[in-house]
Amino acid sequence: MAPAWLTPRRATVAGLALLLAALWLVFPSGFYFRIATLVWISALAAVGLNLLMGLAGQVSLGHAGFVGIGAYAVALGPRHLGLDLLPSLGLGLVLAGLLALLVGRPILRLRGHYLAVATLGLGILVWLVLNSEVAITGGPDGIQVQRLVLVGWRVAGAETWYWITGLALVLGVLVALNLEESPTGRALRALHDSEVAAAVAGIDVARAKLAVFVIAAVYAALAGGLLALFNRFVTPQAADFLHSIELVTMVVIGGMGSSLGAVVGAAVLTILPQALTVFHDYEHAVLGLTIILFMIFLRQGIVPSLAALLARRAP
Amino acid sequence: MDQLLQFVFSGLTVGAVYALVALGFTLIYNASDVINFAQGEFVMLGGMVTVFAVAAGMPLPLAALVAIAVAVATGLALHRLAIEPARGASAVTLIIVTIGASILIRGLAQMVFDRQFHALPAFTGEEPIRVLGASILPQSLWVLGGAAAIVLALWLFMERTLLGKAVRATAANRLAARLVGIDTTLVLALAFGISGAIGAIAGILITPITLTSFAVGTLLALKGFAAAMLGGMGNPVGAVVGGLALGLLESLAAGFISSTYKDAVAFLVILGVLFVLPQGLFGRRAVERV
Repeated sequence: MAPAWLTPRRATVAGLALLLAALWLVFPSGFYFRIATLVWISALAAVGLNLLMGLAGQVSLGHAGFVGIGAYAVALGPRHLGLDLLPSLGLGLVLAGLLALLVGRPILRLRGHYLAVATLGLGILVWLVLNSEVAITGGPDGIQVQRLVLVGWRVAGAETWYWITGLALVLGVLVALNLEESPTGRALRALHDSEVAAAVAGIDVARAKLAVFVIAAVYAALAGGLLALFNRFVTPQAADFLHSIELVTMVVIGGMGSSLGAVVGAAVLTILPQALTVFHDYEHAVLGLTIILFMIFLRQGIVPSLAALLARRAP
Repeated sequence: MDQLLQFVFSGLTVGAVYALVALGFTLIYNASDVINFAQGEFVMLGGMVTVFAVAAGMPLPLAALVAIAVAVATGLALHRLAIEPARGASAVTLIIVTIGASILIRGLAQMVFDRQFHALPAFTGEEPIRVLGASILPQSLWVLGGAAAIVLALWLFMERTLLGKAVRATAANRLAARLVGIDTTLVLALAFGISGAIGAIAGILITPITLTSFAVGTLLALKGFAAAMLGGMGNPVGAVVGGLALGLLESLAAGFISSTYKDAVAFLVILGVLFVLPQGLFGRRAVERV
C-alpha cells in the first residue's frame, strides 16, 4: 500500500528522477549519455504536445515549427542581435509563444481534419522560411551554435547535458502534471469530451484552447533551444514535416493523455532509429513498418496498454 | 499578357496533378473517413515503376499499365494490411498509420529502385505549341486531357454504375448502406484501389515534365491534401477546383512574386481560406450535436 503522500503525480516525477540517477550510474560511455540526452529533449517537446493532444484533444501536425523557432533563436540571437545564449533562448520561447498566441485563435476554431491541415501549414511555413532565408539562417546546410558558457563554466560533455536536459524534463513533467490537475486542466478535459457541453458549463473554450496551445508551443521551443545548444548545430530539419509527425507519433505510441507515455514514446522513436542504423538501407522501411504495427496492435499506446494489463493481473 | 498566359498554362498543368491527388484523397475520405497521407506515394510509384519498366525494355504503354497495376496493388494492400486491422481507431491514429505506410513505401522504393532523379520521354514530342504568344508543351496537354478523362470516367462510374452508387451510398451513410446489403468492406477496398490508379496515372503523366524520384510523394500529398481542404473535404468537384486553383496560384506567385516561396503559396492560401471559411470553399457546415 502506497503511503498517502505518494500521489500518482509525485510518484511519476520521483520515478523519473530516480531513473535519471539510475541510468547515470549504469551508463558505460558518452554514447549512451548522448542518446539519453536526445530522448530527454524529444520527451520535453512530446510532453508539451501531449497537453494539447491528449488533454485538450486538439491535434497539431506542425509542432516542429515551434521546435525550429526555439532552435534557431539560440543560433541566430548571438549572431544577428548580439544577444547572449540564454537571453536568445528566452527570446525563442517568447517568439514561439507569441506566434502561437497570434495564430492560435483562428486556427483553434477549426476542428478535426481542418485543424490538422492548418497546423500542418503553419509548421511548413516556418520550415520554408528557415530553409529559404539563406543569408540569415544558413539555409538547408544549417548553422553553427556557440558553446554555452554559464558564469565562466563551459558547458560541455554528454554527461553534463544529460543532467541539464534530464532535469529540464523532470521539471517539464512536473509542470504538465500540475497543469492537468489545475482548473485549466479540468476545463481542457471537459472541452475534450464536448466543446458545446463545456461552453454550457461556463468554460471559455477558446481561451482554454489558446492557453494550452501557447504552453505546448513554449515546451517545443525549449526543446528546440536545448537541442541546438547540445548539438551546437541546427538545420531546418528540426522544423520539417517529418519531425512534426515524429512528435505526434511519440505522443500516440506512448499513449495519449499520459505524460509518462510521452516520455516512453520519445524514448522508442529516438532509440529505434539508432538501433536501425545496423539495417542501413532498410532503415526507413523498418521505421514505417514499426509505426504501423504499434498503431494496430497497441492502439491505446504503450503506457495505457501496460497499465490496463497490470490492472487486470492485480487481484 | 503572354507571360500571364504562360503562367496560367504551367499552373493548370501542375494544378491538374494536385487535383488528381486531391480526388484520390476525397475518394478514400468519403468511403472511410481516413485521410490517406500515402496518396502521394501512389504518384511516386506511377512515375518510378514506369521509368524502370521502360528502362527494362518495355514499351511505354505496357510500362504504364504495369505501374498502374503496382499502385492499385499497393492501395489494396494498404487497405487490407494496415487500414482494415486498425478499424475503429481514432482519426489521429489512422493518420499516423497512413503516414507510417508512406514512410514504408518510400523506404521500399528507395531499396528496390534508387535515390536518383529520373525522366521519361514526352509521349508525343518535345516541340512546344505556340498559343496566343505563349507556348505549351504537348505533354501539358496530355496531363490536362488525362486529368479531364479521369474526372469524366470517375463521374460516369459514380453516377451510372451500380458499384459507383454503392460507393456513394457508403459515403453518405455507412450503416444505412450496410443495411441495404452493400458490402462496405468491398467498397472501401475499391476506393483504395481506384485512388491508387488515379495517383499512378497522375505520376506517369507528369514525370516527363517534372522528373520523379523516390521522395516526390510527401510534398505532393501535402499539397493534394491542401487542395482537397481548399475545395471542402469530401467534395469531388471541390477537390478538382481546389487543385486547379492551387496550381494556378502557385504558378502566378512564382512568376510575379517570388519563386523561392512557391511552395509556401499552398499553405498560405489554405490558412487564409480556413480563417475566413472554416469549412473550405464548397464544404457543408457541420453542426455538432451534444
